[in-house]
Amino acid sequence: MTDHAAAERPHLVEKENSGVIDWSSGPRRFITVYLPLSIFVIVLLFPFYWMAITAIKPNAELYDYKTYNPFWVSSPTLDNIKRLLFQTDYPQWLLTTMTVATVATVLSLFSSVLAAYAIQRLKFKGSQYVGLAIYLAYLVPPSILFIPMATLIFQLGLFDSQWALILTYPTFLIPFCTWLLIGYFKSIPYELEECAMIDGATRLQILWQITLPLALPGLISAGIFAFTLSWNEFIYALAFIQSAEKKTVPVAVLTQLVEGDVYHWGSLMAGALLGSIPVALLYSFFVDYYVASLTGAVKE
Amino acid sequence: MTIAAEARTAHHLPQNWLVRLLDNKSFLIFLCLLPAAALLLIFLTYPLGLGIWLAFTDTKIGRSGHFIGFENFTSLMQDRVFITSVWNTLLYTGVATVAKFALGLWLALLLNNHLPFKSLLRALILVPWIVPTVLSAIAFWWIYDPQFSIISYVLVDVLGWRTSYIDFLGEPWAARWSLIAANTWRGIPFVAISLLAGLQTISPALYEAAMLDGANAWQRFRHVTFPMLMPILAVVLTFSVLFTFTDFQLVYAITRGGPINSTHLMATLAFQRGIPGGQLGEGAAIAVAMIPFLVLATLFSYYALARRKWQQGEEND
Repeated sequence: MTDHAAAERPHLVEKENSGVIDWSSGPRRFITVYLPLSIFVIVLLFPFYWMAITAIKPNAELYDYKTYNPFWVSSPTLDNIKRLLFQTDYPQWLLTTMTVATVATVLSLFSSVLAAYAIQRLKFKGSQYVGLAIYLAYLVPPSILFIPMATLIFQLGLFDSQWALILTYPTFLIPFCTWLLIGYFKSIPYELEECAMIDGATRLQILWQITLPLALPGLISAGIFAFTLSWNEFIYALAFIQSAEKKTVPVAVLTQLVEGDVYHWGSLMAGALLGSIPVALLYSFFVDYYVASLTGAVKE
Repeated sequence: MTIAAEARTAHHLPQNWLVRLLDNKSFLIFLCLLPAAALLLIFLTYPLGLGIWLAFTDTKIGRSGHFIGFENFTSLMQDRVFITSVWNTLLYTGVATVAKFALGLWLALLLNNHLPFKSLLRALILVPWIVPTVLSAIAFWWIYDPQFSIISYVLVDVLGWRTSYIDFLGEPWAARWSLIAANTWRGIPFVAISLLAGLQTISPALYEAAMLDGANAWQRFRHVTFPMLMPILAVVLTFSVLFTFTDFQLVYAITRGGPINSTHLMATLAFQRGIPGGQLGEGAAIAVAMIPFLVLATLFSYYALARRKWQQGEEND
């Protein structure tokens, strides 16, 4: 017995040690961790570098890989960006997208907070089925809804108006936000509300003064999600808006900046980059909330 | 304290009945659910039903249709472009999902190491997922340009591995692989970050126990990491399959279904037939044809979620 144990132990210790050394030793860690990680980062970020460099390249360099190194720009120019801002409706598209995304987000957050509160806090008969229905609503993709939605929008007289987008975006924003907020409300101790109720507070007062302030991180991340999902939305904006000046950035860049056979790649890339910056900024400020809520949503 | 005081004064105000009505639980539940339910019923449930109805009619833009039974579906079965779009959708979903999950899992395992600048790295890696799809698709369009593709430039002029530039979007198969590559690129961050979240919930004690039992790195992955990751993997997989299957933006932005209709997905074909083509009934039928696949994915997700709850319950014991 003791012999056996003695024989076993050094073997085990050695194995454990070698494992530790293997993973922390410089060259091996470089090959197994840092090298693949750098390749991932480079590949994932390269299109943005390429966008940025194209946006500031003069045409002479853009189409001449023999004389100039395509990965760099020798004489950067703002012409592409100027053309985009002063010779196209780009500022108008940005404004439209911002308006639509903001109003749709506010509308969805308002509806989702109330719905999530009802489902999670005002427990009622069948509340789990309402929750399930909302989860299922999230699984209905816009790609199967846009044709009937287009006929509905037309009948309602909303075709080619911003309201068409503001009222249809909540169909994918509400399920998502509600789902996220249910998770947040769940994490807030119910006892806090009970205490307030014993003190004689009404349910709406509880929601407004106790639950919502505590759920603020959840509200912020739901808001960021909703805003960026609206900013990203494409198929409804493509199908329901006709006038050039009422289009949202993603649709307008693709349909208005690409005219005929001549692609102004510089301006196109500038347009794509500028359209990405607002959401990228939003995320960079709230990236920790964002990652937390994403992991929270997945864990739910 | 203040709340209680406010509440007490509220009872003495003339709007007493309103306060009492709002404190009536059933009324409050109704009121809370009303905005969300109204928006979802009008703009989601009704269109979903209308779409299924339209699929059985010959509706065109500007002209209401008649019920024609399964005619749209039978004619689609003989439509080469439709059949190709179904195959493309299956290929696109299958290959891109496998690639996204293999690479995403690898990236998650890499990120799960002790690394400097961890949160900066995570933020950078999320960028492809954050940027609006169409805008990054336009960048890919330029990267895949037949004459000025940077990939061709590297392969031909820098590395000398090829002699001619690749016509990425000009040939059916090249275009399909190009789209799958772009979709994979966009999907990796979401898979990686979600799986990373899953990896971080695995207790190190499990690995210690496995090491004590003499498990090697592969065995630890196979018998500890993978089963523990399974629940999250199932959920993320369902969403990924659902959204890849119904993808529209990427294909519409990069190829618009070309060259010669060879890269159409079901969603892009439905759009082309339904909106610019004006055949609302036929477009709706193509969209409705996606529903069986989505139901399967949903059932899978529901099953996976239910199983997760059971597992979590067991953990709590």
